[in-house]
Amino acid sequence: MATDAYEAAIKGLKDLLSKKADLGNVAAEKIKELTQELKELDSSNSDAVERIKSGFTHFKTQKYLKDSARFNDLAKGQSPKFLVFACSDSRVCPSHILNFQPGEAFVVRNIANMVPPFDQKRHSGVGAAVEYAVVHLKVENILVIGHSRCGGIKGLMSIEDDAAPTKSDFIENWVKIGASARNKIKEEHQGLDDEAKCTECEKEAVNVSLGNLLSYPFVRAEVVKNTLAIRGAHYNFVKGTFDLWELDFKTTPAYAFS
Amino acid sequence: MASHLPISYDPSSSTSLHTQQLIFCSSDKVKDFEKAQLRIPSSFRRKAANLQTMASGKTPGLTQEANDFTSGENNTDDVFDDMKQRFLAFKKLNYMDNLEHFKKLADAQAPKFLVIACADSRVCPSAVLGFQPGEAFTVRNIANLVPSYESGPTETKAALQFSVNTLEVENILVVGHSRCGGIQALMSMEDEGDSRSFIRNWVIVGKKAKESTKAVASNLHFDHQCQHCEKTSINHSLERLLGYPWIEEKVRNGSLSLHGGYYDFVNCTFEKWTVDYEGSRGGKKEGSGIAVKNRSVW
Repeated sequence: MATDAYEAAIKGLKDLLSKKADLGNVAAEKIKELTQELKELDSSNSDAVERIKSGFTHFKTQKYLKDSARFNDLAKGQSPKFLVFACSDSRVCPSHILNFQPGEAFVVRNIANMVPPFDQKRHSGVGAAVEYAVVHLKVENILVIGHSRCGGIKGLMSIEDDAAPTKSDFIENWVKIGASARNKIKEEHQGLDDEAKCTECEKEAVNVSLGNLLSYPFVRAEVVKNTLAIRGAHYNFVKGTFDLWELDFKTTPAYAFS
Repeated sequence: MASHLPISYDPSSSTSLHTQQLIFCSSDKVKDFEKAQLRIPSSFRRKAANLQTMASGKTPGLTQEANDFTSGENNTDDVFDDMKQRFLAFKKLNYMDNLEHFKKLADAQAPKFLVIACADSRVCPSAVLGFQPGEAFTVRNIANLVPSYESGPTETKAALQFSVNTLEVENILVVGHSRCGGIQALMSMEDEGDSRSFIRNWVIVGKKAKESTKAVASNLHFDHQCQHCEKTSINHSLERLLGYPWIEEKVRNGSLSLHGGYYDFVNCTFEKWTVDYEGSRGGKKEGSGIAVKNRSVW
C-alpha cells in the first residue's frame, strides 16, 4: 500500500534526524522540492480514469467504510436541511468551502449560480430541483452562493444591449437571467473599474436569484410560515472571505377595513 | 454573532422586503447593517400604529406567532454560526495551507473534467470521487440529465458550452447513482399526468430511458427497474451529448472523451465506462445508440 511505504520512509527520515539534528534544514529544503515535484506530476497525469479511481478508492476506504452505519442510513433515504445553489466553477464546490458531508445539502450547480423565475417550460430543471427539495425533502434553508471571478457574471457584464446572437448563445441566454443586476451596477457604480463592477454584480445577481425564488409558490408558502429561510452568500477566493446575508420576507395578517 | 431580525409587525398589509448583510472575515467583525424598506406614507404609519396595538392585544394566536418568530431568530443564529464555523474550518485546513495553489486558481481555472451529477445530497462528486478545487467543472441537476441539443430546458446547455468551448475540458463524466429520486419519479409517472409539476416537466427529458427499460425489464421488481433505468439514462445522456455539434467534433478529433459512471451507495461500488466513438459510428449499438469500452467496477 502506498501509504505504508510512505510511512516507513518518513519514519526512517525521522529516526535519522533525531540522531543528526543539524541535517534538519537540508531535509526541509529537499522535502519542499519533493512536494512541489509531486504536485506537478499529479497535475500532468493525463490518465483521467486513474484520477477518478484513486479518488473513489480514497473515499471508500477513508470515509464510507469507516462510517458504514451512517452511510447505510443514508442509503435508505436523505433528509438534507439545505438546498444550495452554487456555480459550476471548479473552484467553488460547497462541499469544500462549507464542508458539507454526504446527506447534508441538496446541491444544484449551474453557470453563475442562477435561479430563474418560475417558468415550467424553459426552466424546468431548476424548478424541479426547487420543487423536490422544498416540497418533498422539506429542506429548511435555501442558500445561493455567488463567487469572485465568475466567468458567467463577467459574460453578463460584457453583453452589449442590442448585439446579434453570438456563438455563445446558450451562455448569453442563460446569464441574462441576471440582467437586472447588470443594469443596476451599470447605473449605480459607473466609477468602479471592471473587476470591481463584476464583484458588485456577482453579489447583486445573488439578490436577483433570491427574489426569483419567491416567484415559486411553494417556496413563498414555506417562507411565510417561517419553515424555510433564504440566504445569499459571496465566496471570494482571491481574498479568502465569505459574506452571508438573509432575505427577510413576510406578509402580515390582513386587517379588514370595514 | 448576533443577527438582528426586526420582530415588529410592519404596519403594512403589503409585503416588505429587508436585506441585511453580515460580513465574515478573518478578523471576525460585524461591519454593517443595510436595510432597504419600501416607502410607506407617514399617515398610514400613524393609523397602522393603532392597528398594531389592537392586534397585539387581540388573540393568543398572534402571541403564538410572536413566539415562533423569536425561536426562528435563535435558529437563525445557529445557522449563521454553523456556516461560519464551516467556512473558517475550510479556510484554516485547506485554503491557508495551499495558498500558492489557491492564488494560481484565483487567476484561472483549468479543470480537466466536466462532471454532470445528480443534486442528491449523498452524491457530491467532490466527496465521492475526491475532486479538489480546480479539478472539475460541475453541473448538478435532478437525475443528472443532459437534454438534447435541439430542444428541452436550457439550464445545462450553457454549462456545456462554457466548459467545452471556453475551458476546453478533456473529459465529460456523467455520473448516475442508486436510489435516484428523479429516476423513480420518471418511472412511476403516469403518461397523462399533472403537467403543472416541475419535476415531471424535467424528468421527461429521460423518457427514452424509461421506454427502453419498460421494453426489456418490465418483469422485474420496481426497484430493479429503477436501477436499470438509472444506468440506461446515463447512456442516453451520453448519446445526447454527441448531438451537440461542438462536442461531437472534439470527440471525433480525440481532444474530448465521454465517460459514464454509476455510484451505488448501497454497496459502495463505482462502475465506470468510456464511450467508444469509433464503435458507435460503426454501428455497434448497445441498445442506446452508443458503444462503450473500458468498463470496470471498483
